[in-house]
Amino acid sequence: MHEMTIAQSLINAVRAHAKRRQGERIVAVGLRLGELSGVDAEALKFGFDSLIKGTDLDPLELQIEHAPHRHRCPTCDREFDVIDYDVSCPQCGTSQTESISGDEIEIIYLEVED
Amino acid sequence: MRKRVSAKTKVLGENDRVAAELRSRFAKRKTLVLNLISAPGAGKTSLLEESLERFPSELRTAVLTGDIETDNDAARIARSGTPVKQITTRGSCHLNAQMVGRGLEKLGARDIDILFIENVGNLVCPASFDLGETSKIVVLSVTEGDDKPLKYPATFVKSRLVVINKIDLLPYVEFDLARAHENAKRVHPDIDILETSCKTGDGIETWIRWVVERLKAVRS
Repeated sequence: MHEMTIAQSLINAVRAHAKRRQGERIVAVGLRLGELSGVDAEALKFGFDSLIKGTDLDPLELQIEHAPHRHRCPTCDREFDVIDYDVSCPQCGTSQTESISGDEIEIIYLEVED
Repeated sequence: MRKRVSAKTKVLGENDRVAAELRSRFAKRKTLVLNLISAPGAGKTSLLEESLERFPSELRTAVLTGDIETDNDAARIARSGTPVKQITTRGSCHLNAQMVGRGLEKLGARDIDILFIENVGNLVCPASFDLGETSKIVVLSVTEGDDKPLKYPATFVKSRLVVINKIDLLPYVEFDLARAHENAKRVHPDIDILETSCKTGDGIETWIRWVVERLKAVRS
């Protein structure tokens, strides 16, 4: 259950943004969560909501966007979603492809009110 | 008025920053750093106990071992004469880069050729935290299940090697070795696979050779 740690880091990051956005109120945070991030979205949301409750950031909505595991083929430059762990290139068939995304835990946007 | 603003920020940015610092420090000193990950009880400590004394004597090894509580693992490893420091996470289910930095300070200023970081027993959380290691290694014991790579793909995708441990118990369990290989390769086609028994010593020499090969790669 490391979602609590991640929820806390997320809140720290939101606070840093809040400091830079004086005069605005952050009402939602958009998070991109990769398929391979090892983070359970529901547990993260639970931890986030519990940590926010009753603080000056409350109410703050966490909006989670899931990011697929994607690979790139160095031979033909094709980028593709890895489905069912199959990392071979759908175009040329090589299995020597490289991971380009899927493990992100990243804030993408904030929704603010002035 | 409500508006959406772009705010790209890595949530574990601070961990990643410290991990990057550690990585460049390790690279400068040509230290091989292996982050061992497994479920509790798969045999990470046993694997180190069985192998540390058998590494070529000119290689300086050291261990940082993480646990939620107790320094039992450090005490076990210390018997091999290898410098070891326990990192007690006090409730946290994984090591982070800051903990490794502090652990290194406790190890003191010494030259290390191979640093083993034994993570907290957990197949999920450690995968999210970069420790600045050269490679992650996942240890899977045959009392667990040959479908573990499919159940915990993140750890297997990010690991360079899977060590299938406790193979002496194969006659007594349902674990299908061929299927375990197949499942590991399915989630990560390039992953190396070794089979070991810390009881009989089977595969330990191969494990040591694998590690020494990795060290050569770091030095070249």
